[in-house]
Amino acid sequence: MTKQVRWLTALAWCFSMALSGPVLAQDDTERGLDKYRQMMKDDPWSNPGNLDADRGEALWKKPAGPKNVSLEACDLGKGPGKVDGAFAELPRYFADADRVMDVETRILWCREKLQGIDNSEFLKNPHPGGGAPVKDVGAIATWIASKSSGMKFAAKMEHPKEKEILALGQNLFNRRMGPFDFACTTCHSDSGKRIRLQPLPYLSKPAEAKKVVGEWPAYRVSNTHVMTMQHRILDCFWQMRMHKVEMGSEATNALVAFMVKTAEGGEISAPGMKR
Amino acid sequence: MMTRTTIAAALATTFVLAASVAWAQTKATFDTAKSDAALKAAFAKAPADWAGRLNGDETMQACSATNNAPDAAVAKIIQEREKASIKYPPDGKLVGDWQKGEKIAQSGYGLRFTDYPPKNPNGGNCYACHQLTKAEVSYGTIGVSLREYGKIRKFSEADTKAAYEKIYNGHAAFPCSLMPRFGANNILTIDQIKDLTALLMSPDSAVNK
Repeated sequence: MTKQVRWLTALAWCFSMALSGPVLAQDDTERGLDKYRQMMKDDPWSNPGNLDADRGEALWKKPAGPKNVSLEACDLGKGPGKVDGAFAELPRYFADADRVMDVETRILWCREKLQGIDNSEFLKNPHPGGGAPVKDVGAIATWIASKSSGMKFAAKMEHPKEKEILALGQNLFNRRMGPFDFACTTCHSDSGKRIRLQPLPYLSKPAEAKKVVGEWPAYRVSNTHVMTMQHRILDCFWQMRMHKVEMGSEATNALVAFMVKTAEGGEISAPGMKR
Repeated sequence: MMTRTTIAAALATTFVLAASVAWAQTKATFDTAKSDAALKAAFAKAPADWAGRLNGDETMQACSATNNAPDAAVAKIIQEREKASIKYPPDGKLVGDWQKGEKIAQSGYGLRFTDYPPKNPNGGNCYACHQLTKAEVSYGTIGVSLREYGKIRKFSEADTKAAYEKIYNGHAAFPCSLMPRFGANNILTIDQIKDLTALLMSPDSAVNK
């Protein structure tokens, strides 16, 4: 079977699961998802997110922008062009930018500095709508993350700026805001809770963070596209009745740093597969 | 025999370990001006009238600073301040239409950036966190179950008033509650809050069946 046929078969199976009844009981849904995840493990090519990772690899290697160069000289922290294992050590402090960056922020930076691309237009609408594929920066991030799959989160967080952003992330995680008075902690500071039928991870607890943080970027079945961590955070802010949080901002990097540090030692299995 | 150096090294290791374990639990004093600035930058493209959403009011600041566990003195200040925000229907009738209340409890519409210009009334999204009627099996568990809420309380007048107040502003009863202040923050109207009170407290309501 070709790669495409395999994932199409899996996807068709998933749709048939989703459409097989008006409302599936939670247990059935969970069982279905477990079966789907197992299929994915047996055959990694059943995850459509891998197609986006492939696209990301091609985009990384393709000359683009006013300078017509590829991103292959981009330094993700382990030296120019070193991709294997780089994601496992992000976010980290980059001396050339004098700030802490996660994978998506670093790609934006390399696009600007190496390729001469002005990101401002892209940043007006950096995430895909329902059904549309993940955008280019997200696809590249998905590929980079996949090149750390099987490794453990090991961001050092020792540089003063890394410590500073970690403290900011912790503060933001607890901060209640918006007309609903929500904070990240409203949904993610207890075990075994759910919204409607959706289970919620206790993200400030290492044992639970380790299980889920490494699945992002993930193919999200309900959105039928890969969602990156920057996009996932925007989605939480949407629910909190906040506006569109800026991709690559200090605030989103701080939240990524906080989650990754809490998930330290947890295994990366990107791209993951979510409901 | 342990030399002074090895003891020192062992102690240092212990401190490093303790520090790495404890970092997530630390309640380090943090200059919230830094998070004010970070949020302002992160939402710089939001419409001007959204700016007020970045900074919680005094109560939210107190709750955030204590991870929603204020000490007794702070809790008392919050309760008094939030109690003062509660407005009652002019005619004094607290119980509306439970069937309308059920629709409000189901709806998560309102105040998200995708909800402008508004096409529907705001919802309370009660089912996101609470169990209510027997028929609705898709309910969340962040809040307590509200099954048979009125029946358990024998539909008493005092509990009806307390239910209205908890929906209007839960912090008057439970300081630093996780629940939105539906009345005080102008999420729901007084009439909608009456309908939700009916959903909980009306003997006819499916919540009490």
